[in-house]
Amino acid sequence: MNFAEMHQPEFAQAPATERHSHGRWEPYVDNGGTSLAIAGSDYVVVASDARQSNGYIINSRYSPKAFQLTNNVILATSGYAADAKRLVEVLEQNSQMYFHKHEKPMSTTATAQMLSNTLYGRRFFPYYVFPILAGLDTEGRGAVFAYDPVGNMERVVYRAFGSAAALVQPFLDSAVGFKNQRNADATRLLDREQALKIAIDAFTGAAERDIHTGDWLDIYIVDGNGVQHQKRELKHD
Amino acid sequence: MDSITLKVPHTTERPAEITNYGPTTHISQPSVTGTSVVAFKYKDGIIMATDCLASYGSMARFRNETRMISVGNNTLVGMSGDTGDFQHMKHTLENLLTHEYDMDDGQNMGTRSIYKYISNIMYGRRSKIDPLWNSYVVAGVENGESFLGFVDYYGTTYQSPTIATGFGAYLAQPILRKYVEGHEDELTEEEAVRILDDCMRVLYYRDGRSFNKLRRAKVTAEGVEISEPYPLDTNWTIANYVVGYGS
Repeated sequence: MNFAEMHQPEFAQAPATERHSHGRWEPYVDNGGTSLAIAGSDYVVVASDARQSNGYIINSRYSPKAFQLTNNVILATSGYAADAKRLVEVLEQNSQMYFHKHEKPMSTTATAQMLSNTLYGRRFFPYYVFPILAGLDTEGRGAVFAYDPVGNMERVVYRAFGSAAALVQPFLDSAVGFKNQRNADATRLLDREQALKIAIDAFTGAAERDIHTGDWLDIYIVDGNGVQHQKRELKHD
Repeated sequence: MDSITLKVPHTTERPAEITNYGPTTHISQPSVTGTSVVAFKYKDGIIMATDCLASYGSMARFRNETRMISVGNNTLVGMSGDTGDFQHMKHTLENLLTHEYDMDDGQNMGTRSIYKYISNIMYGRRSKIDPLWNSYVVAGVENGESFLGFVDYYGTTYQSPTIATGFGAYLAQPILRKYVEGHEDELTEEEAVRILDDCMRVLYYRDGRSFNKLRRAKVTAEGVEISEPYPLDTNWTIANYVVGYGS
């Protein structure tokens, strides 16, 4: 009997799970964080916290995930930070190409459609990002577009995505959407001071209860005069 | 006589269920690895440390390796993870600098450019599902402003005044958050060295893949300086009182 035969295992192939105790390497991570946007009649408020985490570890206290594109559109992200950063680069490049080709900035609605197409272009290896795109539409009204990672999109009045979405969205449903409240006009839009206050309150609450949300809050307000950015402090724990 | 098939350690076979279909994958495990990198900002720039060990699994295989390199004139790069992939990265960066070099034009490859380049390589490789098994810490001082950034094999990037990779993220980062965060602009070099050595000492006590021979590096407006290897003073007298852990 030769050596090789002597050492033949009973089963020619062990179950895959035993041979790969570490499993397949996953090309995705969840870096936490929360983003929201609220549309008004002539403005839009976008807010994102700036904490980046990986499991129980805080990578960075200030790693912004909301970005201003050159055409005064704000892209707020959450999910996998590396994909989010690349997605923003792709969008920014394309919107600049559009600007030089057509000698005018890309409209918010066109950017919204382009984002959907960009995401769907990676349908079988998605960008693991939950984007919220916000700007003013051609009539000057606030426009918020929300997406899933493969490009399904929807125009909404307000939306929260990310690790604290389950805390923030119900709050917005009540405070912005006036959902299930008697004698309330659910179609009315907030004025911008109210919207800003609600956005800040939403994040104070989210930072209290969600460990992946906190440190700093980036706020963008887009209106007819352009984009205004502010940075506020959140719970620093 | 039939040939004998040898199984090389640390090499994984493709699972039986995807050998004949599915995406091409190139997953391997790291083999010769370096442990934590610890780095943070201080008054004059950035200070960083790595030990000199390259482990082969749990074996302390190579005990005189350097895991910090100077790239360009004012950039320091620290690495943890697979040393083979690090050599590939060093080679790629050397190529980049050679290709970008123009004699007498006086241009220097900036820290942010090097950071972006490394990040793009790391994200590109993860997107091919063929990652380089490393974490990199990139540091530099450019026109009076210090830069400290991190990249890992997911292509995840972030900048922070304090960065620690691997075990350091659990053991050194809490120390740095307490003593460095918020004081980056006031810390003197002496204080920074003391804090850094304390972090490395804690890591040496508790990280089983660490080594008491390390290098310290700093990057300031004057450029990069990487020290010769040195040991830390340790105190094992309390070890007698530790109960549990099978002691």
